[in-house]
Amino acid sequence: MLGRHTPLRRDAEQPALGGVCAALALRSGRELSTIRCIAVVLACVAGFGVPLYVLAWLLVPREGEDGSIGSRAVGDAVGIGIAVALVSIVGLGLFVVSALGLSFLGTFSAALLVGAGGLVLIWRNASPPEHALLERRVEPVLSALSASTRSRRALALRGAVALGLLSAGLVEVLDHVHHGLALRQLSGLALVVLAAVVLLGPWWLRVGRDLVTERQARARAEEREEMACQVHDSVLQTLALIQRRADQPGEVVRLARRQERELRAWLFEGRRSLGGESLAAALRQIEDEVEADHGVVVDTVVVGDCPLDDRLRAFVAAGREAAVNAAKWSGAPAVSIFAEVEGDVVSMFVRDTGAGFEPAHVPADRRGLSESVQGRMSRIGGQATIRSAPGAGTEVALVLPLTGRERGEPS
Amino acid sequence: MSAAGGTPRVFLVEDHALFRAGVKAEIAGSVDLVGEADEVDAAVDLICERLPDVVLLDVHLPGGGGVAVIEGVKRGGGAQVRFLALSVSDAPEDVIAVIRAGARGYVTKTISGPELCDAIRRVAGGDAVFSPRLAGFVLDAFAELSSLRPGDSATLTAPSIDPEIDQLTPREREVLRLIARGYSYKELARELSISVKTVESHVSAVLRKLQLSTRHQLSRWAAERRLD
Repeated sequence: MLGRHTPLRRDAEQPALGGVCAALALRSGRELSTIRCIAVVLACVAGFGVPLYVLAWLLVPREGEDGSIGSRAVGDAVGIGIAVALVSIVGLGLFVVSALGLSFLGTFSAALLVGAGGLVLIWRNASPPEHALLERRVEPVLSALSASTRSRRALALRGAVALGLLSAGLVEVLDHVHHGLALRQLSGLALVVLAAVVLLGPWWLRVGRDLVTERQARARAEEREEMACQVHDSVLQTLALIQRRADQPGEVVRLARRQERELRAWLFEGRRSLGGESLAAALRQIEDEVEADHGVVVDTVVVGDCPLDDRLRAFVAAGREAAVNAAKWSGAPAVSIFAEVEGDVVSMFVRDTGAGFEPAHVPADRRGLSESVQGRMSRIGGQATIRSAPGAGTEVALVLPLTGRERGEPS
Repeated sequence: MSAAGGTPRVFLVEDHALFRAGVKAEIAGSVDLVGEADEVDAAVDLICERLPDVVLLDVHLPGGGGVAVIEGVKRGGGAQVRFLALSVSDAPEDVIAVIRAGARGYVTKTISGPELCDAIRRVAGGDAVFSPRLAGFVLDAFAELSSLRPGDSATLTAPSIDPEIDQLTPREREVLRLIARGYSYKELARELSISVKTVESHVSAVLRKLQLSTRHQLSRWAAERRLD
């Protein structure tokens, strides 16, 4: 009957769902309510009517429209994909259910499979007015399932479904309790669990959602608090200090530099270094400490990076000694540190443009450079070269060959 | 030294009012300040209208940043305008991006007044201005480019490396290292026994390579930096 291509048109005026029954009523000349009753009975008896109805919905054009939903759905690749996926999931579910022995559900399989796939295509390809109508039909169902509404109707609906599932499950369990067929009882239990999910699921969902919301809010609050702390502890304190020491320009610059570095480290933490102990991180620390302790500006440039081991820690310590030395004795306002990891060599240059000295005539009480720098470097197999002349500044060059492991290669 | 032989005409793009006032006070006597702007669209319009010698350009601006200003001015017919990037940013990808867009130099905002004026004159004269930090970034970027050897999986997909623009010469690396070590151009020239003019030409060559080199690989470097 439906296969015939007659000018059959689905009702666009007041359809219950797709307007298929109205179309049939119009064509056969029978009462609409009679047709609807037949359809409902057909749907209930083995779900036979459902696929027929969905197919008709897809294939019969709506009153006042040119093409059927089905003709539009052919071009809807995404919709077809979703439908196929859904149908396969439903099919899998049916297979599991039949394996569990709930064969009476299997009789509804055609209804479920065709219904699921067809409804997806209808939902995606219905014309805008029909889609709006569908939304109006679906809305009460969704709100009944949704946790946010606590209307009595929703509760009653869920209660009814849960009761049905519960009784079916209990019947399965009790029926076979003497037969010792564990599988049947198991499927019964599954139905009981499903009943609990239907009844209590929305409430669980709401509790879960509230928990997540609360956790997010707490995380945001903590973040804000940390930010306020950081700004207060460092920035505001430093600004206060700067105001009180406005008459000491050197001190103000030092405070500002230090604050800048601190804030920058906090803002960009973790995006610059290897993380943990690395050459670049260690040099930034030197920069910090020497600036804080000696009131000079330290400019550090690092090219490449590598993790620290004992030899590299000694290398960094030698560089620190050279920087401290420059800050203490050169009289220059700034010290430059440049370090580079290149291939199997790491090098560091500590330079100032200050007073300089005659390397041959270092007083005995200033053993810093020769002991701490050159001694350290030779102990770890590296080399330190000091270039200086009175009035021409000082540059200490440190060079250390790396072993394979230090370069970060697998040993 | 400067393009016109006189004081360079400078335009200032900076969204931070306090800092803008500070910079103006510092450079007022040495350059001819022809205008200022605090956001991208206004900056592009005014620069195209007044065509200054040098634009002092903040890397971070509302509405697209310094890169958007450079691109807008190029499209708007100000191709001869030169840009000097100015930033508190330490993020290498931002700095490299603004240089690759066409800026001829990068200095940090902590630079002193006289040094800034010197950098402006240099850029006005067509030279590149590399701070120690920028030199470090560039060494880093090109070190990773040249470490891609034939046979690496990365080179299989990337277009082959063109040594003319994708690698630094040993002399250029030497110059960049000395800049990173804190040498001025003059000290650098003495150290390498070359003229200041030669130093400038090396630095300009590096700048050109930085701007022309295979976009794919440099942007990959920047992207990896961002992910750290």
